[in-house]
Amino acid sequence: MEELSAVDSEAVIATRGLTKRFRGGQLAVDGLELRVPAGSVFGFLGPNGSGKTTTIRMLLGLIEPTSGTATLLGRPMPGAARSVLPQVGALIEGPALYGFLSGRDNLIRYDSADPAADPRTRRARVEAALDRVGLTAAGSKKAKAYSLGMKQRLGLASALLQPRKLLVLDEPTNGLDPQGMREIRSLVRELAADGTTVFLSSHLLDEIEQVCTHAAVMARGRLVVQGPVAELAADARGRLAVTTPDPADAARVLKELGVTDLTVTEARVTGELPQGDVDLADLNAALVRADVRVRSFGVERASLEDAFVALTGEGFDVAG
Amino acid sequence: MSRAEPAVRPPKEGPRARRPLWTLGLFRSELTTTFRRWRTLALLAVLAAVPVLIGIAVKIETSGGSPSGGGGREGGGAGPAFLTQITNNGLFLVFAALAATLPVFLPMAVGVVAGDAVAGEANAGTLRYLLVAPAGRTRLLLAKYASTLVFCLVATLVVAVSALVTGALLFPLGEVTTISGTRIGFGDGLLRAVLIAAVVAASLAGLAAIGLFVSTLTNSGIAAMAATVGLLITVQILDTIPQLDAIHPYLFPHYWLSFADLLREPVYWDEVLDNLGLQTLYAAVFGSAAWARFTTKDITA
Repeated sequence: MEELSAVDSEAVIATRGLTKRFRGGQLAVDGLELRVPAGSVFGFLGPNGSGKTTTIRMLLGLIEPTSGTATLLGRPMPGAARSVLPQVGALIEGPALYGFLSGRDNLIRYDSADPAADPRTRRARVEAALDRVGLTAAGSKKAKAYSLGMKQRLGLASALLQPRKLLVLDEPTNGLDPQGMREIRSLVRELAADGTTVFLSSHLLDEIEQVCTHAAVMARGRLVVQGPVAELAADARGRLAVTTPDPADAARVLKELGVTDLTVTEARVTGELPQGDVDLADLNAALVRADVRVRSFGVERASLEDAFVALTGEGFDVAG
Repeated sequence: MSRAEPAVRPPKEGPRARRPLWTLGLFRSELTTTFRRWRTLALLAVLAAVPVLIGIAVKIETSGGSPSGGGGREGGGAGPAFLTQITNNGLFLVFAALAATLPVFLPMAVGVVAGDAVAGEANAGTLRYLLVAPAGRTRLLLAKYASTLVFCLVATLVVAVSALVTGALLFPLGEVTTISGTRIGFGDGLLRAVLIAAVVAASLAGLAAIGLFVSTLTNSGIAAMAATVGLLITVQILDTIPQLDAIHPYLFPHYWLSFADLLREPVYWDEVLDNLGLQTLYAAVFGSAAWARFTTKDITA
């Protein structure tokens, strides 16, 4: 297999105007411009029905885009599937297994389907993958006897059968207990530390906040925002909140000091902090000097969840 | 499962080089997966039971009485002609069993396996993982068709071997009286039986392609199996309606029972070759249709 120059060109996943309209006219994905930098742990967020899975399936060549292009590791998809996909491990919409085969034989089956996989090292790679997800002891059990969490682990193991440049993980912690979730998170960090780019779709926002360096948010088939997680959270952060019996005065003073987007309720004023360096202590001092009685003062640290709800405007309601 | 390949592979190949026989690994995996399914084994068990039942029925029918003499002419179906001969020669149980299972049991088993080939994987969700492995759609379809053909052969052989064993246990073996009335040696007769089994297995190639095509149309394995078997029954009914004489030569089961011609002396090849040609045609047409459908299909399951 020829060396790919994708690592140098930085974007491991790049889409241009990626669009999918299903038969029947439903627009599932609309003009997606996604860019996943190499080496990132990329969180892919969105409510149910927002087009995440359709996007993932287009990236992996399972669904043909109606228009637009997608490149994976610098090569066009689905055209270059045969050379690209052996370097991509994937978990799509949960694991799918042959119930009548053992966990080990399931992995052997999937590995046999990869023409780039060396049959001489198959056994060893399968054992290593089982070990990595903690299934060595259950490897000989029939997959139909597995719990949901074990199936999820086996699905992950199949994504780890070979050293991968990119891992696409759709809801990888689904069905896992808290301990299992923690293990998966540390596994993701471990893989990322080895230089594998991880594209992680999840609806658990704190999970994304914990492991992801970058994130993108989808809503109704469109990409709402993408960028480093720190920036996304920062955008929603920095909202000043003052609790005071004199809201009108407080609003006036704050407005003079450059605070924007002020909302005034009965005993509370909130607003966007001005750009640049503003010392919160100065703001507070100014309020007090203007005889505004301040009960509490501070910046409300919005979580990524607040950012998410603000961006999608619908929380986790299913898009219609 | 035999996994002796590490010793066979020439070591000079690069660790991730694509092997020229790139389909074989997947094909082997297809075969083991198909034959480890409980359902496949159950189908084969049913097929193995049919000759035993026929053998026992014939034995009970004729016990006490003298062996019924003479071979019937072929008449409408080939089955009865063989049945009367079983008591004289157990080898005829092979021909009778194949004639009895070819119209229904064998194609039904093939319809189940072929219909489930793609749709069953889609239903279980395993199809998406095979394709991102990446199995390659053409390669996967070829492996599926090849393993279905192997199933056709194995299913036919299961009937033939079960019939041979039952026949040998219940009836005498010896020289074979051909349909033309001449006698050939037992060894020659056995050879003909092998040839007939091969032709019967090949007779199922067209249906296997149809099943595979139907299988690419749906994500429900059950629906694909039912549709394939339904189609088989419909076509066989059409084949019996005299008013539709004109289309009969183009129906895939039309020449199925022509394998009896291999028991003539000399062998009468015309219809056997017609049958093989027709099967090739069906395999080509429905194989292409399955390929066209499967390689452009959105995998949403």
